Amino acid sequence: MSYEKFIFYIFAALLVYSASMVIVRRNPVHSALFLVFAFFNSAVLWMLLEAEFLAITLVLVYVGAVMVLFLFVIMMLDIELAAIKAGFVRYMGVGALIALAMLVELAMVVGPAHFGLDKYAKPAATPANALPNTEAIGEQLYTVYLYPFEIAAVILLVGIVAAIGLTLRRRPEKKTQNITEQVRVKRADRVRLVKMDAER
Amino acid sequence: METIYLAIVLAPLLGAIVAGLFRNQIGRAGAHWAAILGVAASCLLSLYVLKLFIYDGQQAFNGSVYTWMVSDGIRFEIGFLIDKLTVMMMSVVTFVSLMVHIYTIGYMAHEEGYQRFFSYIALFTFSMLMLVMSNNFLQLFFGWEAVGLVSYLLIGFYFKKESAIFANMKAFLVNRVGDFGFILGIAAIAMYFNSLDYAEVFGRAPQLKDATIQIWGGTAWSLMTVVCILLFVGAMGKSAQVPLHVWLPDSMEGPTPISALIHAATMVTAGIFMVARMSPLYELSETALSFVLIIGATTAFFTGLIGIVQNDIKRVVAYSTLSQLGYMIAALGVSAYAAGLFHLMTHAFFKALLFLAAGSVIMGMHHDQDIRNMGGVRKYMPITWITALLGSLALIGFPGFSGFFSKDAIIGAIHHSQLFGAGYASVLVTAGVFVTALYSFRMFFLVFHGEGPRHFESHHDAHDEHGGAEAQEHHDVKDEPTPHESPWVVTLPLILLAIPSVVIGWMTIQPMLFGDWFAGVLTVLPEHDALGEVGKRYHGQIGFIQHGMLELPFWLAMGGLFVAWFIYMKKPALALEIRTRFDWLYHALDMKYWFDEVYQFVFAKGSRALGGMLSEAGDRFLIDGLIVNGSAKVVDTFAHRVRRLQTGYLYHYAIAMILGLLLLLSIFVIA
Amino acid sequence: MIALSDYLIVGAILFSLSVAGIFLNRKNLLILLMCVELMLLAVNMNFIAFSHFRGDLAGQIFVFFILTVAAAEAAIGLAILVVLFRNRRTIDVEELDTLKG
Repeated sequence: MSYEKFIFYIFAALLVYSASMVIVRRNPVHSALFLVFAFFNSAVLWMLLEAEFLAITLVLVYVGAVMVLFLFVIMMLDIELAAIKAGFVRYMGVGALIALAMLVELAMVVGPAHFGLDKYAKPAATPANALPNTEAIGEQLYTVYLYPFEIAAVILLVGIVAAIGLTLRRRPEKKTQNITEQVRVKRADRVRLVKMDAER
Repeated sequence: METIYLAIVLAPLLGAIVAGLFRNQIGRAGAHWAAILGVAASCLLSLYVLKLFIYDGQQAFNGSVYTWMVSDGIRFEIGFLIDKLTVMMMSVVTFVSLMVHIYTIGYMAHEEGYQRFFSYIALFTFSMLMLVMSNNFLQLFFGWEAVGLVSYLLIGFYFKKESAIFANMKAFLVNRVGDFGFILGIAAIAMYFNSLDYAEVFGRAPQLKDATIQIWGGTAWSLMTVVCILLFVGAMGKSAQVPLHVWLPDSMEGPTPISALIHAATMVTAGIFMVARMSPLYELSETALSFVLIIGATTAFFTGLIGIVQNDIKRVVAYSTLSQLGYMIAALGVSAYAAGLFHLMTHAFFKALLFLAAGSVIMGMHHDQDIRNMGGVRKYMPITWITALLGSLALIGFPGFSGFFSKDAIIGAIHHSQLFGAGYASVLVTAGVFVTALYSFRMFFLVFHGEGPRHFESHHDAHDEHGGAEAQEHHDVKDEPTPHESPWVVTLPLILLAIPSVVIGWMTIQPMLFGDWFAGVLTVLPEHDALGEVGKRYHGQIGFIQHGMLELPFWLAMGGLFVAWFIYMKKPALALEIRTRFDWLYHALDMKYWFDEVYQFVFAKGSRALGGMLSEAGDRFLIDGLIVNGSAKVVDTFAHRVRRLQTGYLYHYAIAMILGLLLLLSIFVIA
Repeated sequence: MIALSDYLIVGAILFSLSVAGIFLNRKNLLILLMCVELMLLAVNMNFIAFSHFRGDLAGQIFVFFILTVAAAEAAIGLAILVVLFRNRRTIDVEELDTLKG
């Protein structure tokens, strides 16, 4: 067993393990942490596939941002753990059955019969003077995929705006200054001159 | 020249628009001035063109003015064909129309809708001119329908009167039957001749003489026969021939001036004009000619018989019109187109005259139209009396009067024809002369002679069911003034119409019948030329009169006149006795051979029953029940079932997606 | 050597596990979202494997965009979740049936 194969099997096994832990754990915090672990493992596999940039991005963006967001939300919300897992066992059978059927069918499609080494040989090792993966992706992104790239940027912006817009709320009990109102105030709004007879 | 032709057509239209659309601005006088000026301009220009044709050898004009569209090689355009036939029609139409316009000022003086009336009759003049001046079938059809529309509007002029509404609907529907045949004929022409232009169609007609078509089954029909008969069905509707004649007597619900203009003098002659115009086609089909002849002769005799028993003054004249139209159609049937047109012209004058005279009498009688309530009117209305006498003499064909020449020519032509059915027709039209004289002078004597107007006596007989319907109002007779002569706007047209009624036949028989007036316009094959046979023995008007006085028709006319005088003046009791003796005949005539009843029962009731059935089974059950509500119900039921699928639970949707994915994957793997 | 099919089968296993996860955790919206992330990871795995074995960089570019969209999706999804929880005091999918026909 070669070194590469060893790495693949170890991390593939860890990936499958952590993925199954994501779906069976009762505590969402655990699920999220196992998902983080799954991302780490797949990042290693992507490294094996010489996709260094995406492997790093997965760790940085997903683990560093998205999963932290998940954890943040999980902890912010007050979730009843007991109720949330009810019915788990009841659907275990049918879920496993469907998943298994799907796995078998997928395996029939993507299995060694169609995508084995004899069909897709291991590509030649990248020459030392070739462009690094990051640079190659960068060059593609900023030339061929420039418009999609910018659209992706806009999508992220829209995502930010939507997330803020959805969660923003005014609390009625909040007490703050209303600057605009203060600036636009007129004398007539505040002072009332009253004519009256002099008091004796 | 083209400008003049356009002006002739458009002047009445302008008058109609001004009188109709600006009726509130210009008032009653403004409306009749607008309409009369338009028609007068048209009339004067027509007479000018007529003069050019007679004296200056003006050539026929055939040209299009405006092309509406071109579709598959067929041109749809507005164009004018001005030849001697057209000029004759234009002059007659505009002259009679002008007379009627002037007369209307007097007749309608106290009616509501005065401006509307003038707008309509000017519009009618425009439509009729479009019809006769057309050089293609499309415009002919336009004019055809436009005069039908105006006729409908005018019959229903008193639109608050139920019988008028019934009559105009009846006229419209019966004409629809005819027009259906007419448009089928035009469609057949467009299909087989690939043109709607007269000149092109007539040019191609001889090539298609022996063409046959298969309408249904394997029977081959002669194309010419089918086309001609279909076109003639249109003429039967418009010119009120049996069995589509039923609308014309009812159309007397309209005001008298339009009865004179539309339902006697001009519009109803559109069918005769059309057949004469299509003479190059009709000449090619003897079957169609026989059909025309038999229909015409039947109408000429049998509708005249009905005229004898009518008591409404206008209806007597209306049945007389039917009968005379039958004469014209019969003349067309024996290829004596010129004689038919000649009678058309003379008839236009004397029938308009008779109608206007009848209207004048009606005015004098305060709108009592029952001739049994009249009598002795002569001493109150001398001008009306003398003009009506002249008109009646012209109608019965008294020697020297216009009707004599035209009717004798027709009878002679039919007599000489070799066509199938000519024997039958000959007997009927000859007998018809007696009938014509009888009903004409029955009416004349009852109205103008005898005891003073019974209407003004202290009590008059209870009207029977027919007379009572038409005599609308029963005034308190004591308050009414005795009848007096109508104003000059009424009598002037009577006099102006009486002149041509008397002399037009004498003046024009030579060129129109035996001369070359219609040379190049009408086509008559040598073997059909029955009129030519008559012409061989023609030696001037005097000779024609002398010859006519030796023939049977003259003596029949005199006999009819005498019988009318004897029965209605000498021995009034005899009429009653004859009626009781021949009760069945009287009944048949009184019921107009039950045409109305049969139509009412078969077509009206039948279509109501059919409509009811379709409404029940087709509309209520099939469309409403099955298609509209049914589909809605199916959707509703389906939706009620399907809504259970929409549980609202997210995971159900997710599972559905996953199962779908699994299914697709399975198909992919297995297939 | 590790064949392309090996990577693809790892992806298939991940995908099937996340499908099973959607079945099992039918009450917890949070875990459902995580399962979706897991599915995307499986798809990404396939893309990168193909990209590597076919020597075509387009697959990696596509993964890049998927990551972008997934990040946006996660942000909005979680925002909706927060709003939902704020309003209903629950994230139990079984109680979210206002769309029921």
